[in-house]
Amino acid sequence: MLDGLSEKFQRIVKKIRGEGTLTDANMEEALGEVRQALLEGDVNVDVVKQFIERVRERARGQEVMLSLSPAQQLIKVIHLELMRLLGGADAAPSIPGRVRDGLNLKDFPSVIFLVGLQGSGKTTTASKLALYLEKRGLTPLLASTDLQRPAAREQLRILAQQHKHPYFEGTSSSVVELGRECLNQARLKGFNPLILDTAGRLHVDEALMDELVALRDSLRPSEVLYVADSMTGQDAVRSSQAFNARLNLTGIILTKLDGDSRGGAALSIREVTGKPIRFAGTGEKPGDFEVFQPDRMTSRILGMGDILGLIEKAEETVSIKESLKLQEKLRKNRFTLEDMLGQIRQIKKMGSFADLMKMLPGGLGVPAGMDLDDRQLLHTEAIIQSMTVLERENPDIIDGNRRKRIASGCGRPVQEINQLLRSFAEMRKMMKRFRPGKRLAGLPRI
Amino acid sequence: MDNPGFLTRLKVGLGRSRERLTSSVGGLFSPLRAVDPAMLDELEERLLAADLGVAASRKLVDELKKRKFASSDEVLPALKAGMVDMLPPPQHHDGVKPWVTLFVGVNGSGKTTTVAKVGRLLKSAGHGVILVAADTFRAAAGEQLEIWAERLDLPVIRQRTGSDPAALVFDGIRAARAQGVDDVLVDTAGRLQTKKHLMAELEKVRRVAARELPGAPHSTLIVLDATVGQNGLVQCREFHQAVPLTGIVLTKMEGTAKGGIVFSIAEELRLPVEYIGVGEKGEDLLPFSPAAFVEALFEND
Repeated sequence: MLDGLSEKFQRIVKKIRGEGTLTDANMEEALGEVRQALLEGDVNVDVVKQFIERVRERARGQEVMLSLSPAQQLIKVIHLELMRLLGGADAAPSIPGRVRDGLNLKDFPSVIFLVGLQGSGKTTTASKLALYLEKRGLTPLLASTDLQRPAAREQLRILAQQHKHPYFEGTSSSVVELGRECLNQARLKGFNPLILDTAGRLHVDEALMDELVALRDSLRPSEVLYVADSMTGQDAVRSSQAFNARLNLTGIILTKLDGDSRGGAALSIREVTGKPIRFAGTGEKPGDFEVFQPDRMTSRILGMGDILGLIEKAEETVSIKESLKLQEKLRKNRFTLEDMLGQIRQIKKMGSFADLMKMLPGGLGVPAGMDLDDRQLLHTEAIIQSMTVLERENPDIIDGNRRKRIASGCGRPVQEINQLLRSFAEMRKMMKRFRPGKRLAGLPRI
Repeated sequence: MDNPGFLTRLKVGLGRSRERLTSSVGGLFSPLRAVDPAMLDELEERLLAADLGVAASRKLVDELKKRKFASSDEVLPALKAGMVDMLPPPQHHDGVKPWVTLFVGVNGSGKTTTVAKVGRLLKSAGHGVILVAADTFRAAAGEQLEIWAERLDLPVIRQRTGSDPAALVFDGIRAARAQGVDDVLVDTAGRLQTKKHLMAELEKVRRVAARELPGAPHSTLIVLDATVGQNGLVQCREFHQAVPLTGIVLTKMEGTAKGGIVFSIAEELRLPVEYIGVGEKGEDLLPFSPAAFVEALFEND
């Protein structure tokens, strides 16, 4: 599924890569693919509609940048818009000593509620959050008001014991009283904050939702965090909206991100609640819990690497004039080893080869299984540098004697020179197949 | 989000096309005509919103596109009929004793509760049932099943957390044979399908069951949360590869989630839905009815 999506994106990119500008027609086609990608990524259908509308508006208003192909431009707009939606600009309120990673802990003791549907991962999250806050110098108390699920409190007690977190069980059989008991315990023993795990419930269960509201009114938590399963589909909108309407959530924790769901629910929940996603659960171990990173989520939903980072690097390092000159050469099939050397140096300027590859979604124009070794790039550079300018411009003249000389000049075996010349000839053959005016497809084969 | 009731919107849409139909020809015969594209869009959106996914939704709508209808009132029933046809019928138990059922799935899908509910259902049908708490990973999972077993007055086999789940299954089958029990229901730990070692552990559970009792496990049911999105198909695919699945239990259907992913699963893996879970109580489990399920999918929230 991951591959499927990134393939789809590559198809979009390929489709409009050759075209000079973003026209209404090619943009609509690309947006159609984006719509499908988002739907397959479980973003809610209404959220997708609004999203596409905004991207369309933004893309239209974009200045045409010479350094970017239309496809790249569109991807950039989509990426930025997704980032914005996922809270890229959510600044955590910064009140020193009171707020940690965006959590408002102004009271003493502060109360953090974990709420959500059954099975979303509240109990596991409670224990993970406790560890996280302990590492940051706080002394949280774990407690649960889940009188619903058999052995729910037992689960939390065992987790607390295992990881040596303070835990309080209480004796009341009413949820609100039990909550008060836990808060008193925290106050009495000086724990802060109180992390309260609540029973999982369906947003349509009026009685249980009322109970949660009563608990909230009684304990006045400074944080009401909605724990959401990242594998949730279209229903994420309805449930999170209902929880938010009744409880006025303060944030969201996304769980089970170690699975392979695209996690489009994150986008849906953000959009309908407007509340920031604070943390992400990323594994079975207690330490698998981190501050939510919108950029990573963006790439995940779209099923692509850090294409934006790559585009930015390209913008920084590739001069427009150079790239136009190169295009012209390619068009006339006059690409030489000298040009290849220029390309290698550009790549080197952009960072390590492996780093660049990591930013690409599953092999955008790069042959699978290709050895991505920076040393190989260095060797290639050395080999070309050991050639005369004449040889670089006319590789056909490089005979056996010349090869031996080049080999001793750069300190690489003759076989490598042969290999380079073979790949270069192969590359030129491939380029002949490009229609005139087409842009260079990805990075050169080396 | 402004989301007027689907049926209302649909009725308005239908009314519109009906007017057009009757006014256009004005005769006694209503000619067969293609479905109004706006209506198709609306239906496709409805299917997407129920988690059917892009491929399955498109396939169903494309079927409608090919056909012609005398009246637009016939479109929705035709769609529903097509959807019912997509769902394979549940498997038949053929009286093997003991019948071993393995419950598998990702974390939090509702396996433990489902095992208890199925146990209750079988018991009320006169079966002798043993529960096996083979989730030895999650804290208090065994306790949870034990509490259920007490409530339902069913025997349960469990060991301490961290012990080998395959050994528990072995014990469960032994006990069932010795006592002449009809059904062995095995609760397993929730695992994400991306965890290779945990999937391997599940394979081992299955292997041990098969070695101890040829033909076991007779059923392997994946427990799917109805709120799950497109990843539900991936889950089934991966679990199916590790321990061949025979069916699905769709849980948490009492909420607003529609569980539409089962259509994609039916298309690709031909897995039938055996039961649906509709609440937290022991009796909140229903045998699956394709027609009722499809009907519910189009109900207003």
